[in-house]
Amino acid sequence: MLRKVIAAGMVCSSLFLASCGNETETASSNDALKNQRITVYTALEDDEIAIYMKDFKAKYPSIEVDLVRDSTGIITSKLLAEKNNPKADVIWGVAATSLLVCDQNGMLEGYSPKAISTIKPEFKDTLNSDPHWVGIKAWMTGFVCNKIECQKGNIPYPKSYKDLLKPVYKGQLIMPNPASSGTGFLTVSAILQNMGEKAGWAFLDKLHNNILRYTHSGSKPAKLAGKGECSVGISFGYRGCKQKKKGEPVKTYFPAEKSGWDVEANGLIKKSSINPAAKTFLDWAISTDAMNMYAKVYPIVATGEQVPVPDEDYPKNPSLQLAKNDFQWAAKNRSRILKEWARRYDGKSDPK
Amino acid sequence: MKFNFNKENLVRYFCFSVVLAYLLVGVAFPLVELVIKSLYNVSTAEAANGVLSNEESFVGIKNFIDYVSDESLFGSLINSIKIALTTTVLVLFISFWTAYALQRTQMKWKSFFRVVFMLPMFAPTMFYGLALVYLFGRQGVFTTGFFGAIPGFDIELYGPIGITISEMFYIFPPTLIILIVSFGNIDRRLYEAADALGSSKIKTFFSVTLPGVKYGLMSAFFAGFTLVFTDFGAPKVVGGNYNVMAVDIYKRVVGQQDFYMGATISIILLIPALLSFFADRVVQRKQTAGLSAKSKPFVPKVKPQRDWLFFGISSIVVVAIISLISIGFYASIVKMWPYDFSLNFSNYFFEDTAGSRGLSPFYNSLRLALYTALFGTILSFISAYLVTKSREMELFKKSISVLSLIPLALPGLVIGFSYIFFFNRPTIFGVTNPFSSIYGTMAILVLSNMIHFYTVSFMTAKTALQQLDNEFDSVSESMGIPFWTTFRRVTVPVCLPAIIEIFMYYFASSMATVSAVIFLYSPKTIPATVSIINMDDAGDQAPALAMCILIIVTNIVIKIISEVVLKKLKQRRAVH
Repeated sequence: MLRKVIAAGMVCSSLFLASCGNETETASSNDALKNQRITVYTALEDDEIAIYMKDFKAKYPSIEVDLVRDSTGIITSKLLAEKNNPKADVIWGVAATSLLVCDQNGMLEGYSPKAISTIKPEFKDTLNSDPHWVGIKAWMTGFVCNKIECQKGNIPYPKSYKDLLKPVYKGQLIMPNPASSGTGFLTVSAILQNMGEKAGWAFLDKLHNNILRYTHSGSKPAKLAGKGECSVGISFGYRGCKQKKKGEPVKTYFPAEKSGWDVEANGLIKKSSINPAAKTFLDWAISTDAMNMYAKVYPIVATGEQVPVPDEDYPKNPSLQLAKNDFQWAAKNRSRILKEWARRYDGKSDPK
Repeated sequence: MKFNFNKENLVRYFCFSVVLAYLLVGVAFPLVELVIKSLYNVSTAEAANGVLSNEESFVGIKNFIDYVSDESLFGSLINSIKIALTTTVLVLFISFWTAYALQRTQMKWKSFFRVVFMLPMFAPTMFYGLALVYLFGRQGVFTTGFFGAIPGFDIELYGPIGITISEMFYIFPPTLIILIVSFGNIDRRLYEAADALGSSKIKTFFSVTLPGVKYGLMSAFFAGFTLVFTDFGAPKVVGGNYNVMAVDIYKRVVGQQDFYMGATISIILLIPALLSFFADRVVQRKQTAGLSAKSKPFVPKVKPQRDWLFFGISSIVVVAIISLISIGFYASIVKMWPYDFSLNFSNYFFEDTAGSRGLSPFYNSLRLALYTALFGTILSFISAYLVTKSREMELFKKSISVLSLIPLALPGLVIGFSYIFFFNRPTIFGVTNPFSSIYGTMAILVLSNMIHFYTVSFMTAKTALQQLDNEFDSVSESMGIPFWTTFRRVTVPVCLPAIIEIFMYYFASSMATVSAVIFLYSPKTIPATVSIINMDDAGDQAPALAMCILIIVTNIVIKIISEVVLKKLKQRRAVH
């Protein structure tokens, strides 16, 4: 028995060593093809990525793509952490505000992908002759309401930001924390940009009194509303429509003052030697085929093309719902806004 | 003979160097790097072309001053202390009386109780929080009064209450173990003496029992306090807007990309852990001093009234544990709580959830736990062997002994976070960092877990080795048998029960831990516990619970296997 256990252990460890050995072997045999291997950081949803990558692989079978996927905040922090030793070649589908933070840190290289002219100016970098970031699609704030809970509590559906301040919503609202959530940040940023900073903070102060709690991610308020943990989740609109399709008792409203929004964008990482495959990837990522695929899962694409809306709750012409948004301002003030937000609302909301 | 001796020494030196290198790279270097980072910050300079460049500069203790003057951050420190204190005091009360029930009464079903009491150890800390949501959340069983059947009540789960209840489940098993041992160490003869002197039951309790477990209580307090203080999983899930330090680090790093403040908070998080660590060392020393080799364990008499009373107390705890696990399981197979209670296992496919990675995180965790258990057991056993069974080489022995204790005081978050810095460095001492290649691979996860759970394993191995008579080694030495032969033929077989125990501990801990790996995983190596956090973050609580259940079941299965193997070993030994 003893011997068997030890023998089993030895077999295990030799297997492990053998597998390690194999890994290094394949790595070195791939050395010749190294130029064809790129690392792509993305915040796109996994189920989307699977569809897109199939197309890429079919078109460029010789390019090997190492995909690193995570939520916006995590991808951004990873990029900044690796600033002096960048691992990524390409950023694909990450919030434009985050790309601008990277750009302000001098991490991005200008590049004009082949189809750049098809992208509308408000969805790409226009300050540099070769844009440092190029948008692919946009997402925006929406209020996801639980029909059953609203009916039970006799709570009207909110139609505007102003509505949210009504006393009837006290303890009924959940919203994402802008420090971690892209959706949270774009919502706060839009409120500050459109109401003006002073009025904006005064509004957020009042809103804070009605908030049950802040969540880490942007989709969680919608999901919690769907489960009846709150009546209204401040989230992104598309999420609510998706949940409705799954059979959850939710209805999505978009604020009358127009929604905060951000663009999922692509960029090229500045490195001493840039892999040509990275540029090929960026060309493909805004090609007509790619844009058509984005349009299938998402209602607002950067070419400004009319896309069938996903649900009757969704605005008929989504681009009219987008509020005024200055990305440069947002990126430049991001850290200041987050600090001020934390000072006002973080940790001061302990239940009494 | 002489040549042989030299060769042996060479091998010994080699082993010592390997272990020392492992501890330096795994513990010392990253820690030093972390301390340095906490004294730095970036200042942003705008160049002529408008590009911001970040210059890292030394700021001394400015980060710490910023920390104390930041209302929200400092508030978290106070919150963490409050939660840790409340939870530990409450739990000690429960674990004291349950330990008493197990060691000082003859209640029925003791072994059943013992097994159930240990169950919470197999779950990640997020599990308690997630399961509590379905009992006390807005749509929870109790909050809605069994869905309107009876008047419900809202305990305001999200916040200190939710964290405290979750952490109580988390630290109940470890504090109970410490107290059970402590009760077992009280000399039976003290009770006999008290009896002979005609001392009353109550007086005996206060003059024998309580003083006897005094040090055990202190140890349990320190252990519990540190575990709660540094836990990340439970407050992440049910903390609501109630900030605690462990979550602050995560938010600072992930949300605000503020690595320097992250490092500062890590250092502050270390202080209470270090204090309680040193206090515990002192207490332990006193406790062992009070133990004599002639101590005899106490065998309680049968007293139906008392036995049933404690049976009742233990049953309450068992009901709490079992109902929490059951509700967690139930919620994981309900289709759409609270609107559609039809049952199915769709949550176990993890297809339409955050990440949509299917079962791959679970398989990653299995691999992670296996590798950690295998290599962790080997290294901790060998280092304990070198420290206990080598003569001379004092410098090696001392440094390994000291380095081996440090991980016990290191919260997982601190280990993980310090690894980001160290393993991401392009150079060390001016040369290319040879360790940076493991960044983002399974190896760094394995290493972080090997270190995270190293001290307990090392101590277990050391205790087992110390019980093994040194004669074996001196006899074989005098017979000219090299030490590795004795090691292979005698030491390892005799210590096999301890080795299996260490393996099991490493495995279960690695399956359930999230704190060390949260900063280190890559999409290819994402472990189950991180996917639980991600799913919860995205609001996919039912699938998150399903993943917890998979972890719990795996750990129970492994535990059963190791128990069977241990039993077989015992039988074999009895036969020989």
